Amino acid sequence: MFEFITRLFGGSEGSKNKAKERLRLVLVHDRASLSPGLVEALEEELIEVISKYLEIDEDGLEVSFDEGDDSVALIANIPVKSVKRNL
Amino acid sequence: MGKVIVITSGKGGVGKTTTTANLGAGLAASGQKVCLVDTDIGLRNLDVVLGLENRIVYDLLDVVEGKCRLRQALIKDKNFGENLVLLPAAQTREKDAVNPEQMSELMERLRRDYDFVLLDSPAGIEHGFKNAIAGADQAIVVTTPEISAVRDADRIIGLLEAAELYDPQLIINRVRPDMVRKGDMMDINDIDDILAISILGVVPDDQDIIVSTNRGETVVTDKKSRPGQAFRNIVRRLLGEEVPFMDLQQRKVMHWFKRILSGEAQ
Repeated sequence: MFEFITRLFGGSEGSKNKAKERLRLVLVHDRASLSPGLVEALEEELIEVISKYLEIDEDGLEVSFDEGDDSVALIANIPVKSVKRNL
Repeated sequence: MGKVIVITSGKGGVGKTTTTANLGAGLAASGQKVCLVDTDIGLRNLDVVLGLENRIVYDLLDVVEGKCRLRQALIKDKNFGENLVLLPAAQTREKDAVNPEQMSELMERLRRDYDFVLLDSPAGIEHGFKNAIAGADQAIVVTTPEISAVRDADRIIGLLEAAELYDPQLIINRVRPDMVRKGDMMDINDIDDILAISILGVVPDDQDIIVSTNRGETVVTDKKSRPGQAFRNIVRRLLGEEVPFMDLQQRKVMHWFKRILSGEAQ
């Protein structure tokens, strides 16, 4: 009954919350779509930085984006050959 | 030197042309010299919205190609004369007939003579968009409160920033207060939460817009019109004034009653 009354006078559970929720999600995905050029540049710089400390297998390096429900994670799989001890 | 402002959107049909026409007329009514440029080559519309379609002799492309002088192509508005002029788009040519360098050059010429140059951009992110933003110093993004339009607006905001047009401003058009009240339409706060952009104005949906467009007139000078008031507020903000956003919740008593019922008001 109470629900009916609040609905009658415009309850807060309208469809806009659904729209907001869906919009948030879709924008997370839209905004995370990086151009291939950008990903390539990111890979190159990652190699450069990591090579200072570790000897890595550059050909085995993989960079990807994992899209969760409301977040995006950068996943980098970097095979390490050996640790540089002289640093 | 005048300001060059591009009025754009991601999704089509959200009211860019109507917004351009009303802001132009509103600025002219405030004593500014304004030039409106339709950059939607092949799909021009600003001329009909302003009721100037019968006066077109030359268009933007004729100017760029040197077939006429700039002055010859500028059409004076019915109400504001010299203070509001339109440079129409070419209707029969391809979109790539003009390039961004030519557009930039044209904007430099126009800003010498006008306080405001408003560019009505085509929808989307194709070639026409690049032409429209070339030579602009500022961008206004128009959206409606629908999920698809807001999503596309977000994309355009990203592209504008990538093109070094920073701090674009948003106009939320066609807001329906009755639906907002029922919680069935996103309002200014919802959109502000989602998009990283400052909001320049909110325009209520109203049949005045359709009626005035049918007549080839703008609503901004109609003192009784609610969207007219919204556009006048936006014009004042463009001129640097601080104007509070319009209260679209007209039925305050109902709102209060609802709060009592839901136990919020104590």
